[in-house]
Amino acid sequence: MDRFVFLTVDGLSRGAVYAAFALALVLIWRAARVVNFAQGAMAVAAAYVAYTVSTATGSYWLGFVVAIVAGLLLGALVDRVVMRHVDHASPLNPVIVALGLVLLIQAVLGMVYGSEFRPAEAPFSRSALTVGGVAVLSPYDLFVFATIGVVVSGLAWMFARTPVGLRMRAAAFAPEVSRLLGVNVGGMLTLGWALASGVGALAAMLVLPTELGLHPHAMDLVFVSAFTAAVVGGLDSPPGAVVGGLVVGLLLSYVSGYAGSDLTPLAVLVLLLAVLLVRPGGLFAPVAARRV
Amino acid sequence: MSGTDLLVVRGLVAGYGAAPVLRAVDLTVPAGTIAAVVGANGAGKTTLLRALSGMIRPAAGQVLLAGEDLRGTPVEQLVRRGMAHVPEGRGVISELTVDENLRLGGLWRRDRADAGRALDEVYQLFEPLARRRRHLGHQLSGGERQMLALGRALVGRPRLLLLDEPSLGLAPRVVARTMALLRQLRDRTGLTVLLVEQNVRSALAVADQGVVMSLGRVVIAAPAVQLRDDVDLRHAYLGF
Repeated sequence: MDRFVFLTVDGLSRGAVYAAFALALVLIWRAARVVNFAQGAMAVAAAYVAYTVSTATGSYWLGFVVAIVAGLLLGALVDRVVMRHVDHASPLNPVIVALGLVLLIQAVLGMVYGSEFRPAEAPFSRSALTVGGVAVLSPYDLFVFATIGVVVSGLAWMFARTPVGLRMRAAAFAPEVSRLLGVNVGGMLTLGWALASGVGALAAMLVLPTELGLHPHAMDLVFVSAFTAAVVGGLDSPPGAVVGGLVVGLLLSYVSGYAGSDLTPLAVLVLLLAVLLVRPGGLFAPVAARRV
Repeated sequence: MSGTDLLVVRGLVAGYGAAPVLRAVDLTVPAGTIAAVVGANGAGKTTLLRALSGMIRPAAGQVLLAGEDLRGTPVEQLVRRGMAHVPEGRGVISELTVDENLRLGGLWRRDRADAGRALDEVYQLFEPLARRRRHLGHQLSGGERQMLALGRALVGRPRLLLLDEPSLGLAPRVVARTMALLRQLRDRTGLTVLLVEQNVRSALAVADQGVVMSLGRVVIAAPAVQLRDDVDLRHAYLGF
């Protein structure tokens, strides 16, 4: 029972990170109809910037803030310099370009920082607090939950309630009509990329201390898990991405706890395959709106 | 009629790819009037509106709105110059609510207080929309979508309204109501309307000026009354 509680909390904590990362994928998918396969590499790049700043200044928090800013800027840059110029006539084009970006970013990181693992520091203790003799969750888990809770609800609020959120949704759903109504559709797209990449950088900052550390490929498996989470939720649904992230986090935690951690990459792929076979639109696929 | 021309089009050439759909269109719409562009399918009516609102880039010619040359103005800036374009099929965003669609029409405006007033006015003008504020675009009837598209354009308080086939797929009663509303807006607020229609009868009934297009050119621009009464002309170009 203790083990179950521990695995559940651990799964939810990792799931929260997958949820944020999946949400970032969904944001770009909704805005640009591109699955951003480069998101893991972009997030790692932002984490390396944080590492540089933190080692130079000795401040974790300065590095944390810089990572998110770097993520935002990198997202805008990738949109403006690369993705904007990709011909979307075939949906495969942006995918290939994104995969090219992965190779480029990982190669550059390898050249600058080398390919050995760098330590990723956690700002709070990762040892679990015990409640009534049962190890429940660590201060770091609380930090992860709180941060992702704030970011996810902040984004939800922004999209649902603010003028810029309305513009972003309109630009994503109906770019041509939105332009006629005075919406700067290109600007909204760049903002979407920036936000998604910022969220991705945040997720990397939160997950890396629980992994082996910083490495050009450090987010590869996280990306696969988050992509699975996004597909489980249906690529078009932000709430679906969050639920999908938590589901994947729990599943992987149970698999790794009860069946062995070697099996987790396999379990992700099995889940991905199962969802694509049984319900390719995702568990949260909305009923297609009638277009008149 | 106030005597000044709000929209002047000179020698407009535009199209898709190599072959132009519009070959040298000339057109003048005085402020505070309704002009109806009619003509056979493929005459270039929709293309004309799309070229005016910058959705396709004209190859040649000039578009003046209140004397200002619109060449090179990005589409999203035109609404700030006072031009509203309600596209064919009306462009209601199905995934947004009625209220969100309407607010979107006024988001670009600096004068937030007046944008709010314009929104209230539209709700007064279109009662059914006020009752369905929280409904999504795709839950509306054809007539309600029409109201929403028109209302969304009006929230921006345009000087010139471009309407593409407002009667498409609507019951005659709804069409008549829309046309009456256009007249009312013209008389009350001085709105200028350029309307493209297949439904020649109701278009000419509401318009001050009738513009007949054929094969990418304006062949006749005359008072609508005259077009309605000239049997030879109707036979030659309008087929009724």
